[in-house]
Parts: sequence; structure tokens; C-alpha cells
Amino acid sequence: MVPTAWGVAVLDGGTPLFTQIAERLADEIADGSLAEGERVPSSNEMAAFYRINPATAAKGLNVLIDDGLLEKRRGIGMFVVAGARERLLADRRRDFAERFVQPLVAEAQRLGIDAESLVELVRETSGVQGGVSL
Amino acid sequence: MTAAISVSGLTRHYRGHRALDDVTIDIDGPSITGLLGRNGAGKTTLLRMIAAQELPSRGRVLVFGANPLENDAILRRLVLIREDQTFPDFKVRHALKAASWFYPNWDGDVAATMAGEFDLPPDRAVKKLSRGMRSALSIVIGLAARAEITLFDEPYAGLDAVARQLFYDRLLAEYAEHPRTILLSTHLVDEAAALLERVVMVDRGRVVLDAPTDELRGAYTEVSGPVAAVAQLLADRPDRPGQDRRRVAAHESVVIAGPLGGAELQRARDLHLRVEPLSLQQVLIHAAGRSDDESSDSGRSDSGRSEGEHSQSERSERASA
Repeated sequence: MVPTAWGVAVLDGGTPLFTQIAERLADEIADGSLAEGERVPSSNEMAAFYRINPATAAKGLNVLIDDGLLEKRRGIGMFVVAGARERLLADRRRDFAERFVQPLVAEAQRLGIDAESLVELVRETSGVQGGVSL
Repeated sequence: MTAAISVSGLTRHYRGHRALDDVTIDIDGPSITGLLGRNGAGKTTLLRMIAAQELPSRGRVLVFGANPLENDAILRRLVLIREDQTFPDFKVRHALKAASWFYPNWDGDVAATMAGEFDLPPDRAVKKLSRGMRSALSIVIGLAARAEITLFDEPYAGLDAVARQLFYDRLLAEYAEHPRTILLSTHLVDEAAALLERVVMVDRGRVVLDAPTDELRGAYTEVSGPVAAVAQLLADRPDRPGQDRRRVAAHESVVIAGPLGGAELQRARDLHLRVEPLSLQQVLIHAAGRSDDESSDSGRSDSGRSEGEHSQSERSERASA
């Protein structure tokens, strides 16, 4: 599977749709908009919203069930399990270097930006965004 | 369990022209399957034969395990909506009323709601409707029939994008509420792709592709970048992709089979290549090109043409060097 950036805006034509559905839901769990213990939309609700086949939506939900992020409660629906957010964030921190830093460093090398300038740029940018202090 | 639709060895000749050639497929429900292919590929003939509106020259069609021909009990469980459906000299509400008598699961509320959504005037004569309005009427009948097998043959002649979106939305909503076996033939692959869980593609009367839609996404990958870098990536691949190579100046784009694996993807990144999976529409065009190659040795295939262009661009490159 080709890794996509997290939080893509629209479903693209090339990646399996169920993977994209699973990634979308994982994003929402990671940023807290789907809280732990909250009910997740049903496959029919997801199908209507994304305008996709309900079987595809169900497959996407099953990916997260298999990953232990969602749980089925018979006759009620699917829910975000406790601790799902923390686990997702841990996974993503682990993959951060490969998914984001490597491409960044590769592009910097291509442009002739050395490591020191790159670090400086990162520091400036995070300063502007008022986010992480390095 | 018997499949909702089971077609085997189905062949249909029209005066020397072979419209369908040994077609074998089983379709189980509930599901939404796309029947895709170029004009004249045999999609309409296949759907008409499933609905017993046409006789096979050879082979057989079973619907719920029985021959549908003159089988009223079976035919009432099946609806076929054709492109440019014709109606008797009726008003819109008469057409809906007549359909309600034929289909045992007919839902009058759905028909009324959808007719309203499509702005169908109940007292207008069907023959005074525009082409798009007639398509809308057919679609309303096709969905309100709630038939266990629902066949749509290019149902949206003359429908604008907004009305088509309404059709897709209603189709999904109806399917969610009353799952059934839906077979949708369409040219608008990318528009309908997300609705389809399976794709059957016919070309010159034969089934050339039959696969779950998810498997087809990513079945081919387009790799592009500097000619030398592309060549480096491809050097290690066992399959030598000859077809679908396009080139402009020192930039080349090649379509290869399958998604790129982890190590190969990393290598592609190191070589600064662009890697993009083909969309369903492009995959199908590619699949059609391949069936061309397999069925002809005469060099009139797509790959023959692109090879020609390829060497031409090489020549012009040498000339300018």
C-alpha cells in the first residue's frame, strides 16, 4: 500500500476505499473528534456520507476492529475502545520519522539545504506556529 | 445456495456478428456490481438475456436457479431499466401505477418521494417529457420496484450531474434499507466506482475482467520521472513492462503491474520518482488494451502504437542532440 499523508481531504481513486475509510476514522480517533467510548457511525451511515458501497464501509470498520481500536456491541453498534487514542498516537510517533522526516530530509538534500539550515527552518516554523518548542 | 444470477457459456449471434461469446458469470446478492465495457461490447445483450427479453444462441441463464423465460414468478422478482426506456401513451402517474401492479414489493411512498425529488410532473404525458425526465421516471420505477434483482442499463441518458448524484444517493439509501442484487451498466466509471463492490468488464462479447473493485484499485501503478531513474527502478523487475510507456524529452512514465512493495517503494523514493496508483477508469482502459494485445498479433495494438511513438521521440531526441 502506498502510504498517504494523514487527513487527506477527498477519497482518491487509486487506494482501496476501505483503507481510506479506516484511515479517516483513525484520524478522527487520533485527534479526539471521535472520543473513546463514543459510537462510531454504522456502515450504512458511512456509506451514505462518503457515497460508497456499504460493504466497503463495513470492510473499513472491520480493519479498525481487527486492530482493536473499535469494538462491536451486539445490537447497538460499534464503539471506540478505551485507550485507542493513546495507542494510535504511540504508533504514529513511532512511524513519524519514516513517514515525515525521511521525505523532508530527502527533499532538503535535493535542494542543497544542509542539516543545520534544516533544523533552523524547523525551529523557525514551529516558532511561528507557536507550537512545539525545540 | 443458488446464485441470484447464473450465466454459463452464453453466446448470442446476430447475422454473423457475435454479440456475446461464451460468457460465464455468477452474481450473488445482495451486492452492487458494475457491468462495464465500451459501446457495442455486449452489455445490453447480456442484461436483456438475463431478463429473458432475448434468446441465447447457446448457453443458459438461470435466475434464482430457474430459467426466466416466460416465467412470470421469476420475472416479477426482476426489473430491467433500459437506456431510453419506452412507455405506452401514458401520463407519469399512470406509468407509476402500472409498475405498481406488476412488482409485488412495489413501494408507493418511495415512488412518490423520488418523483418529487426529480421534479416529475404526475400529469404530464410521458412522451412530452424530456430525455432526462424520462430517464428519471425509469430510475424511480427501477428503485421503487424493490425487485430482488435490479438491472440498470445506462439508466441516465440526458440526466445532468445533479440528477445523477441524486440517483446514486437514492440507490445507496434504497440498497441500505432493502439490500438486493443490483447490476449497473455504465460508461461513467469514475463517477460510479465507489458504489461498486465488483466489476465485470466485457469487451467484444467476452468477459475480460471480473474482480472485486478493491483489488483493481492499485492493480497498476504509474511510475514517472527521469528516463534513467525509471530504467534503474525497472531493471530489477522480473516483468518487463513493454506497454504504456510514454515519454516527453527526458521524462518517462511507465505503467507497471501491481502496487510497489516496501523496498521497491523506498527505492522509487530514493530515485525521486513519482508513484501513483491508477484509478479504476484507467485500470479498465489498461485492461482493455491488454485484451487487445492478447487477441491480435497484427501489431495494431496499443502497445504497438506507443512503441512507435517511443522510438520516434528517441529519434527526435538524437536529432536535437
